[in-house]
Amino acid sequence: MINLIGTVAITAAWLGAASLAVLGLTAGFRRSEPLLRGAKYAAGFVFASMVAAVGAMEYALLTHDFSVEYVAQVGSLETPPYYTAISLWSSLEGSILFWGFILASYTAVVVWVQRRSHSRLLPFALGTLGVVGMFFYGLVATVANPFGVVSPVPANGPGPNPLLQNHPLMGLHPPLLYLGYVGLAVPFAFAIAALLSGKVDEEWIRTIRRWTITPWAFLSLGIVAGAWWSYEVLGWGGYWAWDPVENASFLPWLTATAFLHSVMVQERRGMLKTWNLTLIIGTFLLSLFGTFLTRSGVLDSVHAFTEGFIGPLFLGFIVFITLISLTLIAWRADRLHSPGTLDGVVSRESSFILNNLLFAAFTFTVLLGTTFPLIIEAINGDRISVGPPYFNMVSVPLGLLLLFLMGVGPALPWRRTSGEKLRRTFLPPVLAGVAAAGLAFVLGIRAVYPLITFAFAAFVMTTIVEEFAKGIGARRRISNVGPLRALGQLLVRNNRRYGGYIVHVGIVVIVVALSISGTWRFEREATLNRGQEMVIGHYTLRFDSVSAWREPHRDVVAATFSARRGDTDVGTVVPSTNFYRQDARASEPIATPAVRSFIDEDLYLTLMSFDPSGAHATVRVIVNPGVPWLWIGGMIIGLGAILSVAPQRRSALVRMVTARSEGS
Amino acid sequence: MNRSKKMWAGIGAVAIVGAVGMLLAGGLKENVVYFLTPSELVAQGTSAVDRPLRLGGQVKPGSVNWDAEAMDLRFVVQDSVSEVHVASTGAPPAMFRDGIGVVVEGSMGPNGTFESTNLMVKHSNEYRPPHGDSVPEAMYESLISSDNQE
Repeated sequence: MINLIGTVAITAAWLGAASLAVLGLTAGFRRSEPLLRGAKYAAGFVFASMVAAVGAMEYALLTHDFSVEYVAQVGSLETPPYYTAISLWSSLEGSILFWGFILASYTAVVVWVQRRSHSRLLPFALGTLGVVGMFFYGLVATVANPFGVVSPVPANGPGPNPLLQNHPLMGLHPPLLYLGYVGLAVPFAFAIAALLSGKVDEEWIRTIRRWTITPWAFLSLGIVAGAWWSYEVLGWGGYWAWDPVENASFLPWLTATAFLHSVMVQERRGMLKTWNLTLIIGTFLLSLFGTFLTRSGVLDSVHAFTEGFIGPLFLGFIVFITLISLTLIAWRADRLHSPGTLDGVVSRESSFILNNLLFAAFTFTVLLGTTFPLIIEAINGDRISVGPPYFNMVSVPLGLLLLFLMGVGPALPWRRTSGEKLRRTFLPPVLAGVAAAGLAFVLGIRAVYPLITFAFAAFVMTTIVEEFAKGIGARRRISNVGPLRALGQLLVRNNRRYGGYIVHVGIVVIVVALSISGTWRFEREATLNRGQEMVIGHYTLRFDSVSAWREPHRDVVAATFSARRGDTDVGTVVPSTNFYRQDARASEPIATPAVRSFIDEDLYLTLMSFDPSGAHATVRVIVNPGVPWLWIGGMIIGLGAILSVAPQRRSALVRMVTARSEGS
Repeated sequence: MNRSKKMWAGIGAVAIVGAVGMLLAGGLKENVVYFLTPSELVAQGTSAVDRPLRLGGQVKPGSVNWDAEAMDLRFVVQDSVSEVHVASTGAPPAMFRDGIGVVVEGSMGPNGTFESTNLMVKHSNEYRPPHGDSVPEAMYESLISSDNQE
């Protein structure tokens, strides 16, 4: 029954998307209001169908309907309800269904938000989203159909991959990432709409402002949540390994971040039209590429993915989008001439252009390192991988330069500036940077990269504080209020700009945390007898006991350690190994590290092995300075992003004044 | 923007692209890690010494020698043709045992023993539950029963 409902819903979604594509594009070319209205209904119909499809799948999962192929593949009677519900995205078919559902939701939200818009772009954008939808709903309806019928119906299933049911963050990380990936389809659709309609001026950019920041924020949070998940689950005490799957999420983030900055240059100065179109189209292509990398099996072996249909279809769709986009850009080349020119070499626009060059170089580096093994294997069959040192060698200097620019860019005026003004603006931040590095040096830090990082971080933070101070000063002059009130007004009325600064603060926090944890992390492994103590850094750990217990879906073996930090008792730390049952047998042990976070660092314990009698156990202890601040930085980014997409409330007077102060 | 500014901007862009390109090419060359089977590694002989490698194969049954006191782990990785001796520091991963597929990162020492820096039990990258590879519950069963008696 559910099989039928699901398949019908998916087929309906595909038909709806096809109508959306035809109606939207025709409405655009004919400038027809009735056709546009039809397209909007089609978008609503697609959304309703996808709600039905995902609803049917969730129902099947939660009621353990093993006649449904996907449930038979990832479900089990013993899996706790939470992990059963989120197993929607634990395997290929379900995650593509989920992708489609998010796309349908974004499309419906576009229709709703733009319901009063008479923009020439809207029908084209909806049509483009219809075309993208046809591809994904088509996949779900055919080669990746999760609603296939299993007969005879099995009594139970294996449950999700143990790694994916070992930590609650699994409920957060994939949805955030998908909301980012898929959301980037919206600015892409408006870019295509701009090309199709020939209205390649700044309108599409103003329309998609929030449609870019929102998925960007989801993507950022998704990446941080992914790092957090691997830190909490994989047991090696790290959070980023330049694994192709991680790079897949980082690549569109790099280009989307570049785009967020370069659009400001176009809004302000009418420059970089072709570049912006290319960037956002490239960003969407990279998010498709990321889905392809993680979902086609190509990483296991270049030759494996051609055995299925998904890989070649994805590759075909990526090529199709690339060709269409290039053709459209070439077709509209005559309208893409930019009227603005670079006035001064030292100006905000030139710093943004440099920022974009660096982001482009960064993207190229990561893309090359990620695809190089695939290319080599395809050419001569050698299986190689590209080690983290390659990525670190390039990303650390590029990252530091970008960090530096983050302080320079916002403090520079548009167009041109004078030497005197430069000195006045940059003297305090430069002094702060030098002071920070000097202080670190006096405290005994000799590592070069951390010293540079601290200097740049202090530099950037000071320029941000200066910007806030300037803004608060201006507001106090206008409305004669106290500084806190002025800060509040600033955040509410000029949220886009100051939200952006808060995002910058989050990035600085993360970069500093990365630098600290990368430089000063240390670890020790030891086999301890019951009651024996070990010392690592200023921690003392005593191995107390091993205990084991049985849960419906797994067996847990946990070792208890008493920990002291200096002279302070900080209680017990309990790393464990979980043995998930699959097909009613105990199987794959998943080490579950125990993380004790302090304000400055994490104490991280992984149970490596244990004696069946409980007499001794081997533990890996890692002291990870700075790591808690990665997650705090991620939350700051989230706050800043929420602030900058919040609806703007400004009076005509404020608009006039801020326009003047921003223009200065 | 006048001519000379354009020229300088052009030179700057070329310089950046060139520098990044050189960095990348050099970095890739130095950081490519080959994935070899035991027979491929043996076939390479001394030319494989001291290069970062990943060795993939099966743990030869009966070859595992784990000294918990010294944190010293020795075993043999084999395929159907050849065997390679591996030395590793640190406790083996939980699933590690006779006959399991492993990937060992490290390099070949001059004495013909592969020195491991990272030992991984083979996981499927595909997000599908792996089958087979089950661990005898005996490994921890005694802990559960002893706990229940308490």
